[in-house]
Amino acid sequence: MSPQSQSFVRAEMLPPKAPPATQSGVLKWLRENLFSGPLNTVLTLAGLAVVYLLVTHFYPWFRHSVWNANSMAECRATIAATWGEGATGACWGVIRERWHQFLFGFYPPELYWRPILTFLGLFVAVAPVLFTGLPRQMLAFSAAFPLLAIWLLWGGSVWPVVMIAAGFALGFAALKVLGPRSTLLATIAAVVGPVLFWLFVTGPVDDLLTQIVPIALTPVASDRFGGFLLAITIGAGGIALSLPLGVVLALGRQSNMFLIKSLSVMFIEFIRGVPLITLLFVASLLLNYFLPPGTQFDIILRVMILVTLFAAAYIAEVIRGGLAALPRGQYEAADALGLDYWKAQRLIILPQALKISIPGIVSTFIGMFKDTTLVTFVGLFDPLKGIPDFIRADFAWKGIYWEPFLFVGAIFFLLNFSMSRYAMYLERKLKRDHR
Amino acid sequence: MTSASDVPEHRFRLSQLIYDTRYRSLTIQVVTLMLVMAGAGWLIDNTIQNLHQLGKDFNFSFLGNRAGYDIGQQLIPYTNDNTHARAMLVGLLNTLWVSVLGCATATVLGVIIGVLRLSNNWLVGRLMTVYVETFRNIPVLLWILGSIALLTEVTPSPRDYKIDAATGAAKAEMILFDSIAFTNRYTAIPAVRFENSLGAIPTPLAPISLNFLALAAVLIASVWANRRLKAHAARVQETTGRRPVTWWKSLALLTVPFLGVFVALGGHLVEPALKGFNFTGGMNVSNAFVALWAGLSLYTAAFIAEIVRAGILAISKGQTEAAYALGLRPNRTMSLVVLPQALRVIVPPLISQYLNLTKNSSLAIAVGYMDLRGTLGGITLNQTGRELEAILLMMLIYLAVSLTISGLMNLFNNAVKLKER
Repeated sequence: MSPQSQSFVRAEMLPPKAPPATQSGVLKWLRENLFSGPLNTVLTLAGLAVVYLLVTHFYPWFRHSVWNANSMAECRATIAATWGEGATGACWGVIRERWHQFLFGFYPPELYWRPILTFLGLFVAVAPVLFTGLPRQMLAFSAAFPLLAIWLLWGGSVWPVVMIAAGFALGFAALKVLGPRSTLLATIAAVVGPVLFWLFVTGPVDDLLTQIVPIALTPVASDRFGGFLLAITIGAGGIALSLPLGVVLALGRQSNMFLIKSLSVMFIEFIRGVPLITLLFVASLLLNYFLPPGTQFDIILRVMILVTLFAAAYIAEVIRGGLAALPRGQYEAADALGLDYWKAQRLIILPQALKISIPGIVSTFIGMFKDTTLVTFVGLFDPLKGIPDFIRADFAWKGIYWEPFLFVGAIFFLLNFSMSRYAMYLERKLKRDHR
Repeated sequence: MTSASDVPEHRFRLSQLIYDTRYRSLTIQVVTLMLVMAGAGWLIDNTIQNLHQLGKDFNFSFLGNRAGYDIGQQLIPYTNDNTHARAMLVGLLNTLWVSVLGCATATVLGVIIGVLRLSNNWLVGRLMTVYVETFRNIPVLLWILGSIALLTEVTPSPRDYKIDAATGAAKAEMILFDSIAFTNRYTAIPAVRFENSLGAIPTPLAPISLNFLALAAVLIASVWANRRLKAHAARVQETTGRRPVTWWKSLALLTVPFLGVFVALGGHLVEPALKGFNFTGGMNVSNAFVALWAGLSLYTAAFIAEIVRAGILAISKGQTEAAYALGLRPNRTMSLVVLPQALRVIVPPLISQYLNLTKNSSLAIAVGYMDLRGTLGGITLNQTGRELEAILLMMLIYLAVSLTISGLMNLFNNAVKLKER
């Protein structure tokens, strides 16, 4: 055998080679995510162009920001002195000087602790509703919170608020005491009792208590409300009041009774068919026509009534979705257990349907919170148009547009984005439960 | 021992109204009806008393009076000598016009953004996410106010387009081959003119242009012919297994007759030109309209993008893979398999977005665009002092518009939805 024919046999493995440069690391990522084909490359370049345009247009404006200025003219002078003639820049001085108006409107500055306390209380009150892990006793605070908030925000004597609470307590007690004997009697007593109490007992008792134990906060009139305080008050108040109404309307729409069903459908479709602005005009111009002659009450309250009706129609549709999503077997099981309508709703149907509806309710709330800016058209000072218009009316801040827009837009974005993320998280969590 | 005589007699007792489920629902409904009637009666009684106290009555005869105010944008002829009713109609048409344009733009933008957000391209996907989240979470009022501020504060005044004799250049330049000029008062765009105009049919409502009628007729005929062509192609495919190439025939069918009639009528675009201090020749669209349109479209597009994305994601990957396994090409897969199914998921929420946009168009109040709220619910209301009539009528009209839109779109939805057997 000649030595040439001896074949070469490798005794050990070759060391692994590094993958090609285009198949690993940054380059691979770039190829796959940005330049995987002609279309993708074009898209990437277009995206880069957009980013470049945005940055080159807005970065100088932000870089030239001025915080320490008390008027537009001062801002312009500072920018011209620092960055040369013709440079434009953001004038955040308006936010530094007027931030309190954006947040609180014309609420007396020495009383800011009250809205802040109310806002913090709102979180405590909402927490047990949103996070089921918290102790159930906290719900008592949630129930009491609306009245507490009214007292804190508007001030005045504490006794009228206590009287309203006492009325509710009376109705609840009637329900508890008479409930086991006769549901009908209990319901009638729970409705008529508090009404009679508020009509005839409240006035004298209130006077008496005010004289004996005068506990009062400095009253703040409604026209001092503005900015985000107003938006959150109307938004949160509207949603809290519209929830029970929405549940009733949703049940009415699902009802077998023709009259109840058609009344609910008519109400829901009417409200959903008209723009909120027309309803706000009803609040500001027409509500006085519909009430007994001489009735005159607060514009915020009037707006809140109409906003509540508006939100209730949307909430009703959300809850109807939740009711419809429940498997038929749940209704049948409730019937099979011999529960009557209200017991079945209260113990079996609504707890599940409401749970499914929470993401939808949060979205409705986001929508309504954004819509509260429309109150500017009935003369209230919302943070988006009312307050900036007021500030621009001041000669020092004439012509300032972009800074208020950015500031208010950023706050709206922060609040709404976090709420929508929460709703998405909830949706995922609840979806798992129902598989 | 029991006997038939032991069966209790079916005598109606009053308590059955409450405790017998057969009668209870009747009782509840009667009680509700009485309560509702009483409530309505109370409201109406209050209204009558209030109207009486103010010395007013409730009638709509003011709609026949002379309006006496001008409206910036009018789709049908209107002067201030016309009645309030006609002013109302002009306003309603303006509302519908901005809504229709807004829905169209928002749909196009929304579909593009929704599809791009699903793209594999990392950068574009992120950019679209930023767009959607920004526009969704900030009130539409801000987008409208921002648009109008942009148009009035940042754009040049018409005179800035004048060529300066000294420097030989103007301060501002028109865009898109000198056809569009943004100014701080209006946006000048080209207008369509016909040299050999066919004239118009005068009707009491508005003159109907025969030119547009002719163009519309040609377009409808082309679309019909195109459908016949496609049907023929499908028949050929079924018998021979080979689909004839039709795209160039379709293109010709859809464009040639239309362009032919357009040229025969002497149609051409008149570009706006600066004369003195203003643009003439083209059309000057008010900034109020542009701002409202832009704000509504950009805002609603973010919602539509999410709807489109959800619709496409709802179609399981197996559908696409099955289509590929059958040998369909990607674009046929999209048009024959994925889109028809995604449409079923997309259409119902899309309807509610169209409704939202139409209702949000009442934010015209923020920019001074004369829509239904601006005419009937604005100047007419203030001039005649008839809040009750004007606002009720306005609400009824909005309601009618909403119900019509949802009715039409539901018809469409019924046409595309899954037919269950």
